[in-house]
Amino acid sequence: MKITNFSFVKHYKIFFSITGIFLIIGIASMIMRPFNLGIDYTGGSLMDLKFSKAVTVAQVRDVLKDHDLGNAIIQLESADAAVEQAEGVLIRTQVINDEDRQAVMSEFKQKLGDYEINRVENVGATVGGELIQQAVLAILISWVLMIIYITVRFQFKFAVAAIIALIIDVMVTVSYFSLLHLEIDSTFVAALLTVVGYSINGTIVIFDRIREALKTHKRKESTTEMVDYCIWATMTRTLYTNGTSLFAVIAIFLFGGDTIHNFAFALLIGMSSGFYTSVCLAGPMWQFLTGKKAGE
Amino acid sequence: MGKFAIISLAIIGGFCMYARPLSNSVRQGLDLQGGTHVVLQAVDTPEFKVNDDAVNRSVKIIERRVNELGLTEPVIQRQGKDRIIVELPGVKDPEKAIKMLGRTALLEFKDPNQKTVMTGSDLKDAKAQMGQNNQASVSLEFTDEGGKKFGNVTARNVGKKIAIVLDGEMLTNPVVQEAITGGHAQITGSRNMEEAEHLAILLRSGSLPVKLEILENRTVGPTLGQDSKEKSVYAFEIGVAAVFIFMLLFYRVPGLVADVALLLYVILLLLAMKYLNATLTLPGIAGIILSIGMAVDANVLIFERFKEEARAGKSLRAAMDAGFSRAVVTILDSNITTLIACAVLFYLGTGPVRGFAVTLALGVMLSMFSAITVTKFLLKFLIYSNFTQNLGWYGVSVPKTEEVVK
Repeated sequence: MKITNFSFVKHYKIFFSITGIFLIIGIASMIMRPFNLGIDYTGGSLMDLKFSKAVTVAQVRDVLKDHDLGNAIIQLESADAAVEQAEGVLIRTQVINDEDRQAVMSEFKQKLGDYEINRVENVGATVGGELIQQAVLAILISWVLMIIYITVRFQFKFAVAAIIALIIDVMVTVSYFSLLHLEIDSTFVAALLTVVGYSINGTIVIFDRIREALKTHKRKESTTEMVDYCIWATMTRTLYTNGTSLFAVIAIFLFGGDTIHNFAFALLIGMSSGFYTSVCLAGPMWQFLTGKKAGE
Repeated sequence: MGKFAIISLAIIGGFCMYARPLSNSVRQGLDLQGGTHVVLQAVDTPEFKVNDDAVNRSVKIIERRVNELGLTEPVIQRQGKDRIIVELPGVKDPEKAIKMLGRTALLEFKDPNQKTVMTGSDLKDAKAQMGQNNQASVSLEFTDEGGKKFGNVTARNVGKKIAIVLDGEMLTNPVVQEAITGGHAQITGSRNMEEAEHLAILLRSGSLPVKLEILENRTVGPTLGQDSKEKSVYAFEIGVAAVFIFMLLFYRVPGLVADVALLLYVILLLLAMKYLNATLTLPGIAGIILSIGMAVDANVLIFERFKEEARAGKSLRAAMDAGFSRAVVTILDSNITTLIACAVLFYLGTGPVRGFAVTLALGVMLSMFSAITVTKFLLKFLIYSNFTQNLGWYGVSVPKTEEVVK
């Protein structure tokens, strides 16, 4: 049997189950423990400093205690986890006002010596709340606009199938961040929307084929055959495009540096999921929406 | 063949010469060049409620303060009703700069009874200077009226102390030796010249009409910025190289054509960013790298259609024309949906996220352009030159006869 005879529609149970299991695990994880929201959303302060001479966690904490920030998270920046002192220190605190942060930093300078600022972020709690609303709104709006566009250019049923595929991609990406407890910052939303824009791309290419095939669709050919044919006819394109895009994302992930690491990871997960949902789910879903069972 | 070679070489040469200088001339975000982003929030105080005029005047005063720092392209922007965004690219001492932005800088002269006799509005100018014994100080020049007031105040208080107070904090408290009528005074007690200069800037730019609180502050040090830049450029090179090799291996001649079109696409993207005055951010660079991966998509769609048509027995020319016209619809539909996502991101995003949306959207549009027009022309030149009829050069595996019949 040639591989191109493999029917995605007939094996829908396998694909739907894989997705179902993923979603159940993901949703369970989201319910069980809160997301690791970055200070963009929660508010708080982050200080990434490089001291001219190595400091210990205890020294840093002593200074923070003077400002009632003894519960701050302090990480030494070193490849070796066992190391007791390092020049690079990453400090995260709860919401504090900027004057307090300035006071903490000048006390560092007095007690622990001079430092160079790598990164300092201080975000108030209100700003964070506004951002969460905006993020959720952005994703919902993008879905609505896409449903409208696809309905106009194709049909409503194509739109529904495409959006379900998109929702799955977003859920899977969010699930991974929940499961691995990765930090979610404002670039995460950008990554999600890119996933949305990208994954729909793959689905559209397959639906475009189905739209074309519908025009020449003959009675004796079953819908299942037609859908499978369209998925396979676009397979080379799907593989190549996903391949080159993944090259690009993997390059960002591996070499782009820490600041962009989570962003690239979200793209990596979302785009892989986009590949899967476009090829394995979108076509069969459209067929079931038109009322045709697998094999018909 | 000649036309194809000339145009391709011109594009490759142009890319090698201009890509780097061009990308350096695009405005860079704070995350790449280092700098400070501050959001100030005007807050009501018992004495003063925030109003539109006060926020506007505050913006002006902050502008004056920032301009004195001598940075290239700082941004001072009012956001909404009561917020001011300040961006200070490449600022050397972010902590001092932030402190200076939010200071009310209300200068008061107080007589021995703690009564305010003069304020900063009586000042004409303030300058830092190095006095005797290397003592940094700020020399004040009063307005005409201020000079008279100061003359009167000092005349009345000879032998007593006059306090100069900034935001409730005593700067200096000298004993008046004699009446000072020349319209000049000095504030001593600055620890060094830099401190004296900052004080002078605050006094010159005037006091803020409302209290401003720092709502948000994001600072990226120059070292981290440089590091991010280098790493992302490296990621760019690796990503692009991988995509290029891939296209060459899988599509041979059309692959080469697509690669040339991609080079032109990168140049166009940088030019567009430069002339639209877009800001290149770290996520933005990721957007560019990603858009190259995606730019390939349009080419792949065209080439796959082309191969299908060629396999079905059409001539190279006919196959190419059919391939293009059928792929264009698909390309439009699939890219417009991506543009919708970009538009949403742009309207609802902030800062670096917005930069990312702009880059990605420009990328999608220009990649469509480069695939639909540039690739087409180049491929046309090549095919019309009758360079080869061997389908293998075009990545088309010629099917055996029985498969065609089936």
